[in-house]
Amino acid sequence: MSDLNKLTIAGARDALRKGEVTAVELTSACLTAIEGADALGAFVHKTPDVANDMAVAADARIKSGDAPAMCGIPLGIKDLFCTKGVASQAGSRILEGFKPQYESTVTSNLFGSGAVMLGKLNMDEFAMGSSNETSCYGNAINPWRRDGSDADLTPGGSSGGSASAVAADLCLAATGTDTGGSIRQPAAFTGIVGIKPTYGRVSRWGVVAFASSLDQAGPMTKTVRDSAIMLSAMSGHDAKDSTSADLAVPDFEAMLTGDIRGKKIGIPKEYRMDGTPAEIEKLWAAGADMLRDAGAEIVDISLPHTKYALPAYYVIAPAEASSNLARYDGVRYGHRATLDAGEGIDDMYEKSRAEGFGHEVQRRVMIGTYVLSAGFYDAYYNRARKVRTLIKKDFEDVFATGVDAILTPATPSAAFGIGEMTDADPIQMYLNDVFTVTVNLAGLPGVSVPAGLDAQGLPLGLQLIGKPWEEGELLNIAHTLETATGFVSKPAKWW
Amino acid sequence: MSIDMETARRVAKLARIRVEEDQLPALAGEFNAILGFVEQLSEVDVEGVEPMTSVTPQRLKRRVDVVNDGSQQDKVLANAPDAREGFFAVPKVVE
Repeated sequence: MSDLNKLTIAGARDALRKGEVTAVELTSACLTAIEGADALGAFVHKTPDVANDMAVAADARIKSGDAPAMCGIPLGIKDLFCTKGVASQAGSRILEGFKPQYESTVTSNLFGSGAVMLGKLNMDEFAMGSSNETSCYGNAINPWRRDGSDADLTPGGSSGGSASAVAADLCLAATGTDTGGSIRQPAAFTGIVGIKPTYGRVSRWGVVAFASSLDQAGPMTKTVRDSAIMLSAMSGHDAKDSTSADLAVPDFEAMLTGDIRGKKIGIPKEYRMDGTPAEIEKLWAAGADMLRDAGAEIVDISLPHTKYALPAYYVIAPAEASSNLARYDGVRYGHRATLDAGEGIDDMYEKSRAEGFGHEVQRRVMIGTYVLSAGFYDAYYNRARKVRTLIKKDFEDVFATGVDAILTPATPSAAFGIGEMTDADPIQMYLNDVFTVTVNLAGLPGVSVPAGLDAQGLPLGLQLIGKPWEEGELLNIAHTLETATGFVSKPAKWW
Repeated sequence: MSIDMETARRVAKLARIRVEEDQLPALAGEFNAILGFVEQLSEVDVEGVEPMTSVTPQRLKRRVDVVNDGSQQDKVLANAPDAREGFFAVPKVVE
């Protein structure tokens, strides 16, 4: 077999079980692809020796007949996950040199099922960004380019390295995390699949915290089937995360029947926004038609508080971040500034954090500090939490009418150029998450599925939003959409 | 509500992030842009609405009140910028 790095998880799993390929061969193909792809800036800590050892162990396990679905599958791991003895920096200078003494639950689950780690992937600093441009490692680059152009485009963010690596076939799949859209927006920008599970489905233990009430990890893969396989392996109750749900994890792959007859799909009118390109409107309508043709019923719905989701998010997420990031104080781990004579512990805190945090992170920590400060807590933070209750209720009301899932665009545009947003108001960058952020605020599962190319040859995605804990049904609808769109395009290799 | 230089200075101090004097006006401007954007929240009628505390209706699990971890001093200190004799070392705190 050639081009083993281009396989899907499902394809590799079947070939491994039949003995047609070994985990060592798969891993070697990916490591070669990674070596030739430094221009993408996707892998920021490469771990070839770890990968080879894990692949050898996986092959032995497969030979002995004990092979879970992920056994021998080479993965990239977002830098936000703590991996024992391997640099885990969350894309930040402040964690330079940090080597966790423990393994995150997600990577522990994946490696326990035999998956192989190829290395750590680029991301926006502390997952704060929508273009991977806030990373301390430099930019991750989208393998896709506009037709006839050699301008570098963003793979989106914050899981930009994950998206770039999967789209460029540097790995079979990758882990991502999603606080406001950080799995789904980069998946849409790079023509791959990404699912943010229901809040509590996947343990947050050992994942560097950004906004704890919104953060969820999930898979970023080449197909919906692969997302189903990998999500089953990542999920499960974890006593070390008090918000982890004590629920059985279904075999999500077994739920991909392709039968969605009688399912009710909602189209929210509030997601028709001024300034959305006509191509995206058209793609959205086409997606609805495809689901109707597959036997679903399409209904118009209303989610009246949608326009308040981004403002609520930009109070709640910075507030939680300001609290979570207080731990970076230059004492227990991470960067400590050099002090001048006469400087004390407050100078150490202030200088270490000023030197270690990038601009966007500093801005969000300070906004969070402000909205939580005495006199403003009620006006900002409490009000935002009340609006969050209303946003969640919008979805509950819709699901109570029998709607099974909601179809929306994934992003308001295709991938934009590196540096294009540098001089823009920060709000312009925040608008990238306008279709995805509601899902985090309501704790729901959401999946981005590649659905077509725009006039410039760039991928566009559609988002499906599901009911809590119904990832299986959601993935089945996503699988039906994926089959109907027949999206198979790959970026032309230039790197 | 507009943020002036004095407020920006106070917020930076609360957040324990050093911001040089000449950077304060730009920072105040960025705060005002973001707070102007979130100001829309005041349009929403939130009378009688409970602030969300947990997005999934769940009761936090309790565990038995026993010691189940510890004796990992070397691991706890492994990433410290300055560890001495089994402790984290910091500049003098009390005069």
